[in-house]
Amino acid sequence: MIGKADARNIWILIEHRGGKVAGVSLEAIGVARKLADSSSQEVWAVALGPGAQALGADLIKVGADVVLTAEDARLDGFRDDPYTDALTHLVTTYKPSALIVGATSNGKSLAPRLASRLRTGLASECVDLEWDAAAGNLVAVRPMYGGNVLATVVCPEVRPQLATLRVKSAPRPEPDPARKGRVEKADISGVELRDRVKVLEAVETGGGEVKLEEADIVVSGGRGVGGPEKFSVIKALAEACRGAMGASRAAVDAGWLPYAHQVGQTGKTVSPKVYIACGISGAIQHLAGMKSSDIIVAINKNPEAPIFKVATYGIVGDLFEVVPLLTEEIKEASA
Amino acid sequence: MRIVVSIKQVPETTEVKIDPAKNSVDTEGLTRIINPYDTYALEEAVRIKEASGATVAVISVGPEKVDESLREALAMGADEGFHLSDPAFEGSDPLATAYILARGIEKLGPYDLVICGRQAMDGASGQVGPSLAEELGLPCVTFVRKIEELKEGYIRVQRMTDDGYEVVEGPLPMVITVVKEINEPRLASLKGLMKAKRVTIPVWNASDLGLDPARYGPAGSPTSVARLSPPPPRTGGEMIEGTPEEQVRILVRKLRDAKVL
Repeated sequence: MIGKADARNIWILIEHRGGKVAGVSLEAIGVARKLADSSSQEVWAVALGPGAQALGADLIKVGADVVLTAEDARLDGFRDDPYTDALTHLVTTYKPSALIVGATSNGKSLAPRLASRLRTGLASECVDLEWDAAAGNLVAVRPMYGGNVLATVVCPEVRPQLATLRVKSAPRPEPDPARKGRVEKADISGVELRDRVKVLEAVETGGGEVKLEEADIVVSGGRGVGGPEKFSVIKALAEACRGAMGASRAAVDAGWLPYAHQVGQTGKTVSPKVYIACGISGAIQHLAGMKSSDIIVAINKNPEAPIFKVATYGIVGDLFEVVPLLTEEIKEASA
Repeated sequence: MRIVVSIKQVPETTEVKIDPAKNSVDTEGLTRIINPYDTYALEEAVRIKEASGATVAVISVGPEKVDESLREALAMGADEGFHLSDPAFEGSDPLATAYILARGIEKLGPYDLVICGRQAMDGASGQVGPSLAEELGLPCVTFVRKIEELKEGYIRVQRMTDDGYEVVEGPLPMVITVVKEINEPRLASLKGLMKAKRVTIPVWNASDLGLDPARYGPAGSPTSVARLSPPPPRTGGEMIEGTPEEQVRILVRKLRDAKVL
């Protein structure tokens, strides 16, 4: 185990594919920059696998002091086994104080295994990270009980302190072309990387659409939409906003939209700039998945619907009247 | 084939109050249920059993009342129940919980597959499944939405990713965590519940499991919860009045003023 006194610097694991860095990795660099600046530490962006080197300059521009790369062909594409082995080697070599991973499906698979391997603490799906300078600890805030409780989690003794950062819980830092940093290459060719699970095929569903968790605007439909073909009204609004389409559990359970669209406790958690709930009553399970959105717009026939209690703006009315009008108005406004 | 399903007992609601004096969530008096995500794990195991004759063992860590949830799992179709319980387990974080569970699973004997829910409804860390795999020295596939093939020593599944899914294969034994999309869990039948009452469920404590005292409870938990707080209340709540045309015009203006359009 790595002790507190030996550990320094904030690491971010960079998730990348095809030369593109995941949004949440950039958001994490922004968070790490703030933590590092308040505690005189460095931000290290750790990029593994083929293509890592090429990301260096851009990662420095958004806030990394050091980009640590390991361009090993065995790390092409995510699998938790080889990534855990590689990171365990790097972490024990360089001894970071904290390691932040995006709370993506891959990050959420990797971080717990890595925590158990290193016998250190992990705070999952954090929505806020601060540095307690007096104690020298990462202070991680994470929702529990469907967002009804915020827990502040600390890992006071063991290092590195692991955290997964919820997608879109922090702004993306603006690139600064004048920022300086260095790229450090790690040679892990002698490190044994286990690889027990094989990815045979990756299928992108809903190709071309904006990803639900990444969208700035999410338009969701619920029971009030009334049927699968009627979701075209919701889809048209989502497209006009260049946003993503979501659904309540009721709509998914009815088979109107696939599960991948479900927002709520048993579906996805989203935190867009604007969440437009159409014909969604606002059961607590649904609210758990969207109530941290910046602005919530509710459109519902029933003025007593609980969704109006969390809505920033509420419109009582027939969604089949209001939503098409809204689509037209937004098209005009952005034309 | 023997399948182990790890379940957690949780309060039936997430609408809970914080007890500031004890720095804990007050769940006193709330009905306790099997974590809804774990019911998908259980259902999947029982379906495999029905299709190809596996046995299903269900295991859980927690206080005395967890016995009820284990019996409910038996009533849903599990064959054996194992209860890991010790007052000293209280205060275990997900890392320590995975350690306890791993030693329990090793004690219950040979198995081929461990199925967990993707996360618990209360703590929601999603950590125990993958951590358990690490503690058992096994491979893990998370967020499984479909088991395509399962046979002696081999499994192929569909794993949900952020933009779709991937088809993944690997050797057994393995740990998988499952998502809601995988099935529709059945309810425990009354007859099943009656029958489950008569099953003996072994209860194993720390010494039965031969645990290292430095690895469970608060001493074995690297993390601790410093503070619990309610989320900041949402402000606003402005109802937009007028004809639909007026309502829409006002809304778009407000969204433009907020620079989100």
